[in-house]
This record gives sequence, structure tokens and C-alpha cells, in this order.
Amino acid sequence: MTAKKREKMIFEYSRAGRQGYSLPKLDVPEEALSSLVPEAMIRQEKANLPEVTEVDVVRHFTVLSQLNHSVDTGFYPLGSCTMKYNPKVNEDIARLAGFAGIHPYQPEETVQGALQLLYEMEQYLAAIGGMDRVTFQPAAGAHGEFTGIMLIRAYHEAKGEKRTKFIVPDSAHGTNPATAAMCGYESVEVKSDGRGGVDIEDLKRVLDEDVAGLMLTNPNTLGLFDEQIHEIAELIHGVGGLLYYDGANANAILGISRPGDMGFDVVHFNLHKTFGTPHGGGGPGSGPVGVKKELVPYLPVPLVDFDGERYFFNYNLPESIGKVHSFYGNFSVVTKAYAYIRALGAEGLRQVSELAVLNANYVMEHLKEDYDLPYDRICMHEFVLSGRRQKKENGVRTLDMAKRLLDFGIHPPTVYFPLIVEEALMIEPTETESKETLDWFISVMKQIAKEAQENPDILKEAPHNTPVRRLDEASAARQPDLRWMPMRADQVE
Amino acid sequence: MYPKELKYSKDHEWIRVEGNKGVIGITHYAQHQLGDIVFVELPEVGDEFAVNDSFGVVESVKSVSDLYIPVSGVVTKINEDLIDSPELINEDPYGNGWIVEVELTDSSELDQLLDAGAYEASLD
Amino acid sequence: MKYIPHTKEDIELMLADLGMDNFEDLWKEIPEAVRFRGSLELPEPMSEYELFGHLSSMAGRNLSAASTVSFMGAGAYDHFVPSVVDHILLRGEFYTAYTPYQPEVSQGTLQVIYEYQSMITELTGMDAANASMYDGATALAEAALMAVDVTRKKKVLVAETINPRHLDVVVAYLLGRAELEIVKVPAKDGKVDISGLQELLDDDTAAVMIQQPNFFGQLEDSREIGELLKDKKALYVVSADPISLGVLEAPGNYGADIVLGEGQPMGNPLSFGGPYLGFFAVKDKYVRRMPGRVVGATKDIEGKRGFVLTLQTREQHIRREKATSNICSNQALNALAAAVYLSAMGKEGLHDAAKQSLQKAHYLYKELVAIGYEPLYTNPFFKEFVIKTKRPAKEIVKTLAKEGILAGVNLDIFNPDWDHYLMIAVTEKRSRDEMDKFVARMGDL
Repeated sequence: MTAKKREKMIFEYSRAGRQGYSLPKLDVPEEALSSLVPEAMIRQEKANLPEVTEVDVVRHFTVLSQLNHSVDTGFYPLGSCTMKYNPKVNEDIARLAGFAGIHPYQPEETVQGALQLLYEMEQYLAAIGGMDRVTFQPAAGAHGEFTGIMLIRAYHEAKGEKRTKFIVPDSAHGTNPATAAMCGYESVEVKSDGRGGVDIEDLKRVLDEDVAGLMLTNPNTLGLFDEQIHEIAELIHGVGGLLYYDGANANAILGISRPGDMGFDVVHFNLHKTFGTPHGGGGPGSGPVGVKKELVPYLPVPLVDFDGERYFFNYNLPESIGKVHSFYGNFSVVTKAYAYIRALGAEGLRQVSELAVLNANYVMEHLKEDYDLPYDRICMHEFVLSGRRQKKENGVRTLDMAKRLLDFGIHPPTVYFPLIVEEALMIEPTETESKETLDWFISVMKQIAKEAQENPDILKEAPHNTPVRRLDEASAARQPDLRWMPMRADQVE
Repeated sequence: MYPKELKYSKDHEWIRVEGNKGVIGITHYAQHQLGDIVFVELPEVGDEFAVNDSFGVVESVKSVSDLYIPVSGVVTKINEDLIDSPELINEDPYGNGWIVEVELTDSSELDQLLDAGAYEASLD
Repeated sequence: MKYIPHTKEDIELMLADLGMDNFEDLWKEIPEAVRFRGSLELPEPMSEYELFGHLSSMAGRNLSAASTVSFMGAGAYDHFVPSVVDHILLRGEFYTAYTPYQPEVSQGTLQVIYEYQSMITELTGMDAANASMYDGATALAEAALMAVDVTRKKKVLVAETINPRHLDVVVAYLLGRAELEIVKVPAKDGKVDISGLQELLDDDTAAVMIQQPNFFGQLEDSREIGELLKDKKALYVVSADPISLGVLEAPGNYGADIVLGEGQPMGNPLSFGGPYLGFFAVKDKYVRRMPGRVVGATKDIEGKRGFVLTLQTREQHIRREKATSNICSNQALNALAAAVYLSAMGKEGLHDAAKQSLQKAHYLYKELVAIGYEPLYTNPFFKEFVIKTKRPAKEIVKTLAKEGILAGVNLDIFNPDWDHYLMIAVTEKRSRDEMDKFVARMGDL
């Protein structure tokens, strides 16, 4: 039996009087609501939530799950996202009552295990990144960027400097310029050179005393290691600026090269990319930020410290930027990443990067005849192809080829990013995929390149056998329909 | 594609001048580059703009473009049909897809604009 | 090699294909000066069995709510979570998927988010909700930025009675925007002083932000504040406890422009503070100014209903430095938990949980007052209240923790002057028996 291809709304299963929960009886004397809550504040009409049974809930959400592609069900070479396998034991660990059931304001002596975990994890990430201290408050990579740039801002302000500009390469993730703007900086774009790295001459052009820093991903979004990193660091430091490392691509460098040694002053890691925690359909992630000594005073409070006997929260950072999260960040995600690092150790992490990079180069080598390869160099954990040949010769867009991959049960690569490559296809196989899977992917990609020449319509109409076919995004954006409403005819089955 | 009676800016806006008023929209080329337009952010009547100010925004599914006013002026009318039917810009960029009408503050600015031939030539 | 499928032969074949002899050849483009030649200082690897044992023992050094009677709140609550929630969360198709960029193979996640958005709008009485944000505090900070953006005004009025940690985050988010000003609205007897608010409100006000129930558990006069803001440009931002909305009026019905809050109580475990989710809902006219992911319904080329991420032009990957926010994810799995929770509890269950929390909190309050504890404030409250203690509250919490009772939150965590204040939260999980025992122990202290 094949999975259902569509599912009603949970609201459509609702029947008055059905119940999917049970609570204890109210065992205290019940007071009249109006004696406890002012009349003006009493809800007049109950929220129109579904009334369904537990089995309705289970079936509905189980069927919905089956409409998803996921790492657990198939290959997911989505560039820049590091869709590696998510070890199951880590899920069990995060659900241990001693982790899942602790309140963030419990007395420190009742959470020593959790504090120890944060303390040790900080040391692991500091070692991997070549940094001095780490905060776990940022809940995602973009949140880490925000935190990191605010730290740099605080550093300059403490020296009495009002710098106004942040440099961002043209190949950067969109979050980089958005973050710079959010932190009150003018974002200044610097061009890429012919080898895909930062164009040093262009960098020199924009450098001056107003520059607060540079945000860089290395390997960059083209999957290429910027060989001039030392020179870049010297130039930025030369005008008093700092270097921010966007850790999106750290899966390539574990135990191979450390951002701290490259000259970076601030780093964020994506635990949900590099350290095997699941992406959850878009979150929760975790974006811890590591810094060099000179930025430690500005870290968000609290830090976790150890006095030789007990672990404790340290709120004593008078120059701190304050807080960027209600509590201490996405703790449960951190436990999973901690377990991942403890399972692999130093040797295992290095192998992760070796094989991630080997897998990427292997696939690149076998596809570079069939697709344009704008930067023909050894790549790191990912590489970028261009579909411009297929577009020009066959009128097939990269989007069409991506959609065709869905018919084979493969999640497409990241498309149309980075912006500096026309019709970009960014492929990141990750280390957890076998040679057989890669060979199969290569054969499918070759078939699609052939179809582009021989039968372009099959691509333009793809996908053919997914739960839904191409969706009308224009009308979704013109007349936004963002919620279910009971009485709308067009929403009824 | 590019009506002769209109004036064009390098930013792909057109203007149709009648007396001291001008109706402004975006060109066929611009709407084609954007693709399906899904939303238009309009100024309010009475807003005053200097030449090349951004007076609004057009959005397609995956892009956003500022609209730059080709001449200085005060907005006298806005095309409210675009609020519900932004696709009019795709369907009829020089007719029902007009965006605003302004009262010109300095008609000499019109001399800086391109005619249809020059605009079309600039596209290559 | 753990989690890695390559055999020795695979590696040899693959390297040979690349014309390489060994892994070292892969790193040729990394300059020697930045190559790391040492071994990372990390503990030796562990087998799965050892790993589980090691982490179990670490977890065992923490006192879990599961083995205690907890009265802790202050932004994270021990509400009941039906088993069905975690079973759905453990579906690999949900938790190992990425952001639904390819809608054709992400209808599961997309429909869940659409249903979640629908439930949040029902709960809050608003028109549209986003797919969620990092937590309640960051949602509040994003609301401040959005209000500034919408109104083009520069002053954000924040009630003094808002969660102090949430306020910290708002301050941090606005640090980079020197032109903006945060002004605290004074409180009187534990809630917003309406006349004080009136004095502060001016033409340059972008937003008035309150929390309902407020940090101290007290109910704000949120309808009066709504009246006050009716014809003002300033946006009315309400941070709400989602469970309270089972009995308290929906903020959409008293004039709120943005309703947000900490979504943890909807089916998410305490987990030492995260991951949680911030819910965020707005009135129709602000939909295109709302930060964060949004899912919309549409049709496919065959006319079949389907869901997509929509209004994406607000976001960083298109607008880059002009984006409404740099946020590029949501707490999708936490939003799933919330959607499953709200489905399982349903219309009656949410009301029931809210009603029981309210009733039981008032029972405990009366019992504690009866044995001589003085409440800090005496306004109507929902499920949380503050009592004054003779001994430092911190000591009471420590003492009772040893006996398996988490007595509440000692407020000196937030302000050293509040060292004799104990904040007590009561959820539907607490039984009369548990509360009577707690009161008896409090009588001894």
C-alpha cells in the first residue's frame, strides 16, 4: 500500500464532544470564575481548536509525516545545510528525565549534571574552533551571527570607537548582510575573485577606519577554501576591524583547520549542521558563539564556570551585551551535539571532514562533464555546479532539474545560491552517505542532463509523482491564505 | 513594447505627461524581469518625492524592487486596483498597470529622461 | 567508523578516481600556516552503550520535575504533555527534514505549520501568525523592531511588569539602533499604572508592550490599555501565556496589534530552558511586515490544495540587508509539538487545563495566606503569584528541593533586592494532596 497523498485539515476531523485528552479531576473547591477574574478579562468564546480523539491525532500527524522527504527516508544533498544522519541514541539522551525535565531556574546544586555538560561542551567547541570561550544562548546560526556582531560592536564601543561598516562578500549567505543591518551597520559588499575567494584588491578598496569587521564563511559558499585567509585577516586587523566566522561550512574543517588559527576573532557553529543534531523541519537548531579572549567580557550572561568543586552560573560580566535568549539557549540540542562529539572523539571528527570532502570531490569529479563547473578546483565539503548550459541549449532551468530529482526520491541541491553563480546547484553529500548512494545520485544527475537534451518537457513538468505537483506560489503571495477557517467553501474537501 | 509617447528612466519606469501631471508605471522589460508580481507597496496621496527617490516597492515571489520616481512631484492619485490585483502590472504595464499620478514640481527634469528608442537601445 | 559507511576499499577507489593517493591530497589548497596538525583536545570516543551510560549518569545528577512536585514558573512551566506529542515528534520524517524549501516533498511540515498558525490565530484572536520564533523573549524583541518599522516612530514603551529577562533581550536587540529608545512604563501595586502610561504615550511612540498575565502573575488592565491606544499610531503588543488563553480573553478582542509569547507550555518539555518557541500573531494589515517564516495555502497545477512558504520577500535571503529580520528558521519541531498538543487537548482540554491551573493556584494562594504568608501583590492573578518570605527565598527553595519539592522561583535571580520573594506557579498537574503537603512544609519554615 502506498502512503496517502493528501490529508484533510485536523479541523476537518473535529466533532463537538470528541476528546483526545484526560486530566485529573479538579480536587480543590471550585470558585466562580467571575470571583477570580475581572469580567472584562474572561474569555467569552472558547478558542476554536479541534475536538478530536487521540487516534485521530495520531493518524493525522502520521499521515502528514509521510508527505515529507527527510534524512531518514532518503538522500538529501542540500548544499550549505549539512543534512547528515542524525544518530538515534542522541534523541534518547536528550529525552532523559534528568535533561528534559529540569527547570531553568532550579537551584544550581540540583542541575550539576546539566551545568557540567555545558561546561565541557564549551571546552570541546573552543578546542575545535581555536577559541577561548563559548556562549550557547544563540538558538540558530542567524541568531549566532546577531550575537557575534553585537559582541564586535561592544568591543569597538568599549574602546570609544563608533565604526559604521561591516564587510560582507558577494558570495555570502543572505543572513550576513541582514545581520549587519540589524546590528546597525551599513553592509559593504566585497567582490569575489576568479578563484572564488575574496578579491583582495576590492577588499583594499573598501577598507578604512570605519570598518568594524568582516563576515566570512571558510570554506565559502562555493565550497572553496579561501587560500588568502591570512592576508584577509591581516588587512582587516590592520584597520582595527575584527573577523567573524560564519560556521555554516565547518563540516569541512574539523581537526583540519581551526578558525582561530585562520585569524578569526568570533565564530558561530551550527550544531544542527556540523554536529549531527536534527534539523526538525526548520528548527530548533543551536548557534553557539565562540570568541577570543579580548571579546569575553562582552559575552551574554550567564556563563557556566567551575570553582573546582561545583559548576555555577556566572552573571558577573559588567560589560556584557546582556541576553539574547530567555534562558541559556537550546539546551536539549546541545546535549545531542555533546553526545555526538563524545561518540566520535578527535579522530572521528577528523574522519567526518575527510569523508565529507572526499564525497563532495567524488561527486564533483563525476558530474563536471555533464554540467558546467564554474570553479574547477579541489572543493571542500560541497561544490557548486551551474545549469547555464542546459538553460542556454535546452531551455531547461535549474529549477526544472531540481524538480525532476524529486521524481527519483532525491532531495534537490540548494538552487540559485550563491547568487554569483548563474543557475547555481550547490551540492553537499555529507560524510554519512555511502559510495553506492553517491553513484546512484551521479547516474540520476547524468540521466537528467540527458533528458534536458532529449526530452526537456519531462523536466519542465516535473515533479510527476510527488504528493503534490508544482504549486502556485504567485497566488499564494498575492492573496495570502494563512489560516484555516471553518466556513470557507474552497477549503472543504 | 515601448510606446513612443512615453518617457523612460534608466531604472525602468515610464511617465506619461499631460499638462503638469504625469502618470508613472514600470516598463514591459521591468515587469518581465520581475516575473509574476504579487504585491505593490504604494505611497499615499499627498506624499512628495524628489527625483530618483524611492516611492514604493514591487514584489514578485522571490524578488523585491524599489520604485524610483523619474521626476520630482507630489502624488495626486494611486492605482488602488493594484492592491488586490498586482498582476495588472504584468498584464498591462502601460495601461491598467499604472502605479501613481504625480503633479510635477519641475518639468525641466523631463529632459533628462529617455525616449522609447534610447530606452530600448539601453536594454541591450 | 561510527555513522560513516565507507569501507577501506571505497576510500581507495574514490581517491584513485580523483587521482589522489591519500586524504592529505584533499587539503592541498589549505595553506600550511592555517593547517591544524595537532589532535583536537577531546575525550576518547565512546561506544553507544558507554555513551548512554555516561550521559545517563550526568542526567542523574539533575533533579527532574518528573520526580518532584514543582511550583516553578517565571517563564517556563510544568504543564501536562500528553504522550502522543512525543510519539509524533519522534517520527523521523518530521525531525530529520530540513526547512520546507521544496514544497512538493514537504507537505507534511508545511501543513503542520499552517495548522499551527491557524490554532495560534484562534487562541489569540488575531488574523495571522508566523511559523514561530526562537522563544518568547526574542519574539518580543522582534515585535519591538517590527513596530518601529511599521510606525517609523522611535520610542518603545515597555511595561515594568514584563519578564525582566525578556526585557534584557529587547534591550540587546535594540543596542545597534542608537536612534531608538526604550522607556519603562511604571507599575503601581504590581501592574501597569494607566495614568503613568498615559503620560508617557506621545506621537513618537512606536509600541506599548505589556505581558498578560504579567511577570508577577498579576492580570493587567489590558482592555483599558487597549482603549487608550485605540486611535494612536503606536502598536499594542501583548505577550501572553498561551495556556491562560483557555480562560482569559483573546488579546485580539481588546485591541492588540501583535500578540506573542512563550509557547513552551504548549506541549514542550522544560529542557533547562530550550528549545522553546515564540508564537507571533498580528492583525491583517501587518501581515506583510511580520518577521519570520509564514506558510500559506495554494493549489498545484492540477488544482489540488497544497502549502508553500510564502511572503518570502520579507526575508533575509531575498531582501538581504533590507530584510524585516535576519531570522531564517523557525522552531518547526516545537511548533509541531504545540500543534499536536493543541489538537489532543482541543477546545475543551485547553479550557480545562487553564481552569484547573487557575483554581488550584487560588487554592494554594489562600492556604498559604491562611498560614500567615503575605502576598506581594493582591490583584487578580492567573496561575502564578509572589509571597514574601521571612527567610531568604533562596534558602527555602534549596531546603525543599532536598525533599523533592521545587517550591518556586526565588526572585533574587532577577533582582538582589527581591531576596525575600518567592514566586509560585501552579499548573493543572498539581493535586490538592501535593499542595497540602507543600503548605505544611511552608508552615514549618
